[in-house]
Amino acid sequence: MMDGNPHSDTALLADTDLGRLMPMYLWVAPSGHIRSVGGTLAKLCDGFALTGMRFLEVFEIRKPARVQSMEELRALAGQRLHLALREPPRTPLRGLVVPLQEGQGVLVNLSFGIAVADAVREHALTNADFAPTDLTVELLYLTEVKAAVMEELAALNRRLQVAQRAAEAQALTDALTGLANRRALDQELQRAIDGMERGSAGFALMQIDLDYFKSVNDTLGHGAGDLVLTLVANALRAATRRHDIIARVGGDEFVLILPGPIDEAMITRIARRVIDDIEQPVVFEGQTCRVSASIGVTLSRFYDRPDADWMLHDADAALYASKRRGRARCTIYAPGMEEGETDGPDCGPPEPDWP
Amino acid sequence: MHGLVNRSIQCFLRDTYGAELWVKVASEAAIPAAGFEALLSYDDGLTDAVIVAAARRLGKPREALLEDVGIYLAGLEPLRRLLRFGGVDYVDFLQSLDELPERVRLAVPELDIPDLVLTPAGAGRYTLTCRARHSGFAAVFAGILRAMADDYGALVLIEAGTEESDPASVSIELLEARFAAGRHFDLAGPARS
Repeated sequence: MMDGNPHSDTALLADTDLGRLMPMYLWVAPSGHIRSVGGTLAKLCDGFALTGMRFLEVFEIRKPARVQSMEELRALAGQRLHLALREPPRTPLRGLVVPLQEGQGVLVNLSFGIAVADAVREHALTNADFAPTDLTVELLYLTEVKAAVMEELAALNRRLQVAQRAAEAQALTDALTGLANRRALDQELQRAIDGMERGSAGFALMQIDLDYFKSVNDTLGHGAGDLVLTLVANALRAATRRHDIIARVGGDEFVLILPGPIDEAMITRIARRVIDDIEQPVVFEGQTCRVSASIGVTLSRFYDRPDADWMLHDADAALYASKRRGRARCTIYAPGMEEGETDGPDCGPPEPDWP
Repeated sequence: MHGLVNRSIQCFLRDTYGAELWVKVASEAAIPAAGFEALLSYDDGLTDAVIVAAARRLGKPREALLEDVGIYLAGLEPLRRLLRFGGVDYVDFLQSLDELPERVRLAVPELDIPDLVLTPAGAGRYTLTCRARHSGFAAVFAGILRAMADDYGALVLIEAGTEESDPASVSIELLEARFAAGRHFDLAGPARS
């Protein structure tokens, strides 16, 4: 091209060499007709020959302004153009226009935008379709390697998350019974108390101590003790609702958090069922073990500002009132109970019928 | 050593010789059977312990084992693709090896792979020098170069350096650049969903 140029100091360049430097160039005549194109651009528009077509009929210029005429195109010289093929797949492109000498029209160079991988796939481009100076292939390499590394990172994160969840569950679970442990109870109790500030319906705190458990352990061994504890845990699960919290907080001590609007009658029902279930004889290696349970309960509505330690202390006082009155029963906390002055409502059987 | 290197050896042993062998090697090298995490770093001694244990169990020289690791790696599709980005034909690929460490650093900055220098050594002959902290890399690259020659369809003779010559070098003799059709390579991989 540019033969016949009168200026001797202008570099003369053959079409093929221009295409080697810029495989996606177009030379557009002043009339708006395409005079020659680079090889890669020709490949993009396979199916029709670009040479001889009107540039603005093949490409739609979207930014920085819509372009209708060659004058408007020349006016955008030097700016970054956003354009696209008018025909499917409407590949988006970036471009730069530079005016040529008078009467020669303009030179347009194009490249793919950020969606280069889609374009390369769509048009089956190869390494040879890019100038050796072009970093597009490196960009494709990076896209691919980044995806691989991200995938590996995501897998690592998933493995760590599973391990973390398992460790957390382990840290909050009593290994023998699968119930919550002391740490979990402290968290849940605080959560229940905090919930009251947000207007929850309150909760009951129930402390359960096994009666005669020590003698099972001492006479029949730890195997029997472990079996009894496992069955007690099952009895507690059966007697409570799904969202109640059951924790084993000591050798033979359990604490329940029963959320919701709960009254004394409901507590009595739950306590009776728990005591009845726990009193079922357990056979271990041919020997029968019998235990029972003493229960103390306090309710969050007894307090203006419920406090975890305070409530646990009161539930414990009610529990000891149950023990004092002969075990196998449930007592709901009342003020002054610690000193043994009042024993509060008794929800247990009138007389322990066992042992 | 970077987890990617360790995990490469682990996956090679497991995929080639079975999980059982890997468990034995891991136990001998005193590492957990779950093995290495690809994106964490480990003490170099662990890598050597695994290589030594595996070479002994398989009754293979260490260099031969490492060369097999290289062949295995170049056969993994994602890695094969990344290597094919290097050049349009085998010679172009060889010429791009000098850039490989830089490419690797773009992907995983912590992965320390050796400096690679390709020197022409007469018609169709080249020498690749791997200057690395760890002496096993030359053998791994010999394996990679061998596998990639098949991938490009080139016929080459590859010889890893010996203790007598230079253990950090690989000599390459290109017999025929287009011996076979080679495997297909699309510049843009399949679209990810």
